[in-house]
Amino acid sequence: MAATSSPAAGPLAPPRPPWRFRRPSVIPGFGLSFGYAMTCLALVVLLPLAGLVAKASGLGLSGIWHVATDPRVASALRISFGISLLAALAASVFGFVVAWVLTRYRFPGRKIVDAAVDLPFALPTAVAGIALASLYAPDGLVGAQLAKLGIQAAYTPLGIFIAMVFIGLPFAVRTVQPLIAEIDREVEEASATLGASRAATLTRVVLPPLIPAVLTGFALAFARGVGEYGSIIFIAGNLPYVSEIAPLLIVIKLSEFDYGGAAAIATIMLGISFLTLLAINLIQAWSRRRFGYV
Amino acid sequence: MSEIFSPVSVPAAAAPATGEGPGVRALLIGIAVVFLGLFLVLPLFAVFAQAFSRGIDAYLDAFREPDAWSAIRLTLTVAAIAVPFNLVFGIAASWSIAKFEFPGKSLLITLIDLPFSVSPVVSGLIYVLLFGSQGLFGGWLQAHGIQILFALPGIVLATIFVTFPFVARELIPLMQEQGSSEEEAALTLGASGLHAFWTVTLPNIRWGLLYSVLLCNARAMGEFGAVSVVSGHIRGLTNTIPLHVEILYNEYNFVAAFAVASLLAALALVTLVLKSVLEWRYAGDLAGGRAH
Repeated sequence: MAATSSPAAGPLAPPRPPWRFRRPSVIPGFGLSFGYAMTCLALVVLLPLAGLVAKASGLGLSGIWHVATDPRVASALRISFGISLLAALAASVFGFVVAWVLTRYRFPGRKIVDAAVDLPFALPTAVAGIALASLYAPDGLVGAQLAKLGIQAAYTPLGIFIAMVFIGLPFAVRTVQPLIAEIDREVEEASATLGASRAATLTRVVLPPLIPAVLTGFALAFARGVGEYGSIIFIAGNLPYVSEIAPLLIVIKLSEFDYGGAAAIATIMLGISFLTLLAINLIQAWSRRRFGYV
Repeated sequence: MSEIFSPVSVPAAAAPATGEGPGVRALLIGIAVVFLGLFLVLPLFAVFAQAFSRGIDAYLDAFREPDAWSAIRLTLTVAAIAVPFNLVFGIAASWSIAKFEFPGKSLLITLIDLPFSVSPVVSGLIYVLLFGSQGLFGGWLQAHGIQILFALPGIVLATIFVTFPFVARELIPLMQEQGSSEEEAALTLGASGLHAFWTVTLPNIRWGLLYSVLLCNARAMGEFGAVSVVSGHIRGLTNTIPLHVEILYNEYNFVAAFAVASLLAALALVTLVLKSVLEWRYAGDLAGGRAH
């Protein structure tokens, strides 16, 4: 008796609707649009990526480890990840200054400067690559000036760094910019009226909520730098053990028909990119808890 | 009387409490502008400077070569297939994701975004692993005489992959912001689903659609890494414009390389200008109201 008349299932409670995949709606076309989108996604993205996973799992962990510890592969991975970490750091610092200037100050040409930030997104990587190489070559416009200081940029790891900062910069700027625009000026004013110096206001009131966005921009610039190919290979010099990046090594393995080796390097790179994406999501989840927004 | 006014001294030049002083401000603006100028604008300038470094005749010589024309034709063909494909996909995906409620949405959006986080070279590699001579379907394709790799289909597939998220990731947040009440109103007034889409949804998303197609097209025409892996670099047959630029550059034919590259640089400039105009004038009609 008690089991049948629990308070929740009283006579007034509506009958529980049967479970459905999608909530009912008057709008038509779910089956067609969902089915078509899923088919495209499966054929274009998921199936080919599954092919890579299949190839890599055929090698097994020991096989991938064997490729990863090959001296040439290990040094290419070290170069790719090490330099893109440094480049993402530089992009984040300058990106923050650029984002701050673009949102806080009004000066002539601001909109043009703002549009120019997206140049690395719009310019094809191969074009950026040959342009950077010609500028930073020892006889180039910038390279000649650097040569006077005894610095050679092109065909060295420094060249890789320059190309990676170039392609990573828009990520660093565009993730921070909207948040700087949203800062509540009243909080800053409150801090100032309470007697804080400008430096104290900046470091203790303005900057802390921006940290998650800066970290996200850093991670995006890093991920882009690790995978970048076109804008780097022309300026890098591509010397094995010195300035050879991991994506180039994949291309070399493919041209030698070493599909297994190429798949192993790609798997390692994908694994690290996946960890980076995971880190971004964790940063954003933490930011939502801590500051209430992404 | 003067007593009333004189003691109040306003320190006019002091740094404002909630901003930087004029000196710091000028310094920061200077750093940002010089840095962007040297780092982003100078390379663009260098493309045109190098292209015209031996005069207009040497520039035009680069386009008298039949290989340059076949590269241009191939790039236009690839974009003409890849962009509409991603456009239709993007509309279908955003319609189903933004207008309906179902579980697993955020996973789906992550999967759609996946190609953006994959290295271009890996994007090409996955198709080689599928369709290459030692690939999964390689033997079957060879037996049936179907050529995918080192031919147009492979280049189109790799381009579709790298530009896959562009339209969907712009339209999904845009349609989610707009909700579906207008479509519901149209449907209750007796419009058919297709009619409602055509007269209500499409006008609402038209600027976002144009915006995303612009970016998608720029990437499709300029993609290098992924296409380079699947194309096989056959001159006059499977070379797109970026690959043709690479070959000319590696042959030390710099003027021709930069001349052909100037086409892509001009495309990038046009894309950037149109994109900025859309952001300034129609910010409210784009996802996130992208106003700077």
